[in-house]
Amino acid sequence: MRLLTHNMLSSNIKGVTNGFPLKIQVEKVVEKQVEINHDFLRNIFPKIDWKAFSDASRIMGYDEMPEEPPEPSVLELNVEFLGKFHHALLELHLEEGALLCPETGRKFPVNKGIPNMLLLEDKV
Amino acid sequence: MWYLCVFYHRLLDYRIPEFESLADLFGAFGDKRSSDFNTQDKVLQWRLPKHHHPDSPFHFVHLPYEDVARKIANRSILVKGIYELWGEGNDFEELEEAVKSYPDERKLPYLEYESTFKITVDSFGKVLSLQEQNERIQGLSYIPFKGRVNLKNPDHNFWLMETDENETNNGLPPVVKRRIFFGREIGVADRKLIPMYQLKTRNYLGPTAMDAEMAFLMANQAQAAPGKLVYDPFVGTGSILVSAAHFGAMTMGADIDIRVVRDGRGPDCNVWSNFKQYGLPMPIGLLRADNNLPPWRPGLKEVFDGIICDPPYGVRAGGRKSGGRKLLKGIVSPYTVPDDKRADHIPSTAAYTLVECVHDLLDLAARMLIMGGRLVFFYPVLREDGSVETHFPEHPCFKLVATSEQMLSSRYSRVLLTMVKTSLYTEELALAARIKHLEFRENHLKWLENGNLHSSVFSPADAESGDSKVSKESKLKYRGKYV
Repeated sequence: MRLLTHNMLSSNIKGVTNGFPLKIQVEKVVEKQVEINHDFLRNIFPKIDWKAFSDASRIMGYDEMPEEPPEPSVLELNVEFLGKFHHALLELHLEEGALLCPETGRKFPVNKGIPNMLLLEDKV
Repeated sequence: MWYLCVFYHRLLDYRIPEFESLADLFGAFGDKRSSDFNTQDKVLQWRLPKHHHPDSPFHFVHLPYEDVARKIANRSILVKGIYELWGEGNDFEELEEAVKSYPDERKLPYLEYESTFKITVDSFGKVLSLQEQNERIQGLSYIPFKGRVNLKNPDHNFWLMETDENETNNGLPPVVKRRIFFGREIGVADRKLIPMYQLKTRNYLGPTAMDAEMAFLMANQAQAAPGKLVYDPFVGTGSILVSAAHFGAMTMGADIDIRVVRDGRGPDCNVWSNFKQYGLPMPIGLLRADNNLPPWRPGLKEVFDGIICDPPYGVRAGGRKSGGRKLLKGIVSPYTVPDDKRADHIPSTAAYTLVECVHDLLDLAARMLIMGGRLVFFYPVLREDGSVETHFPEHPCFKLVATSEQMLSSRYSRVLLTMVKTSLYTEELALAARIKHLEFRENHLKWLENGNLHSSVFSPADAESGDSKVSKESKLKYRGKYV
């Protein structure tokens, strides 16, 4: 699971009002290379919830993302930052671990890089 | 400028939509960002050769630049080639006259001393022997070729193409008159893709894996390209995303069945290995999720550039959603799985009818696609009643830009729908969509309720009708769009 995916997911348990962001429980993080595409990064940047993203990147062991969201102009000017943003967003990959619902603590397991977001019978 | 476009004679309904989707992708309608999504009709001007049926493989199309034409031809699956027409006629005398009167300033730059060239003879509806081909090439001696012939890697390719008359048994559409075309090649298709990606060499297959040709057509309809993010909510073995990844898009997929998305058939036989097999970038996200209860965070919208899928319509595979059958009907009350059994518990699922599925899909797409983004999906249609009028699902955020039918059996077809998001998603529009959906369900979708489609497709033939013999004999050799 990449942090882009993490940034899109929330706990959809019935009755939970604040299911985002899911807490990451790390067992194994691997890096997977992805070809960088500047246009894609610029398009996706405004849609990222920055705080959730930068917190998550630190939990995954990557300290280069600032806590405060950078100005969009940084993406135009600073190629080095763009590379780091790309790495954090698309190359850090949670291979094994879990996502925890921030409200109920319900565990969504991540196995072989695939989060299982299905709910059990009592939560549908 | 007008160009001659020659199509492969297959999937006739898909040819022009694919061409126009690619024309849009390559900028034939101007800059995408500045265009108004609502008003502009992105259709090209088309013209048929004299006396040709719309099913003819020969079409004329108007395009703003040669560069667009080349890009379309190189990426298209159903375009055989795009040519600058130097002349046409009903016989060789007419052709000669036409080529001679074609302006020299268009011809001479391609006939110069230093250049190399090749002439290919092609025919539709008949086979020409090598000798006949050579005679035809000799017959072109009135064109002042000054360059050298190079059959392997020529600078300029010229094509002499002809169609036969419509005879009873050659499968040609009615009213095709013999017509000869001569032109300069602008671009030709790369059909090598199809054998390379064909399913029989694919490592990991499911019962509903999309065949390679169709998957590429779907990716073209969705305008998959580098820098775009494409999502398939029914990803299965990833057969549709493979084609989108081939065209450089980033991909993301979800499926309710963990056996499909995670486990596959072994360490090197799963969704990931299908991408590895072709050296394609892996999907940037795969997840196990229920399309009926999508796990997207509140407020998230407009992230995908395209959504491409083949929803389960219950003929080869039925849809599932969370919650047991008995649970949803209220026969049993919700139960809690004991803590010690939780880790490996597989939650029960219930049947997911196509009506619900399409509603959820449209709602998801309305929210998650960017403006101008495309939703491309298959929708089944029963052919029995012979009704021409088919009702397709609608949504106020979307404009339907193409419908392409593929006949699957005498009973049913599937229609590839291409929709473009033209309005922003708002709560009011979502509500309007729900009301529209309920009406739609009331009026047209009885047969789409669980199982009905399956029984319509597979129930034994009606014994009373007894006309199957008659219809077999009267079957025309010409199969129209069902080639």
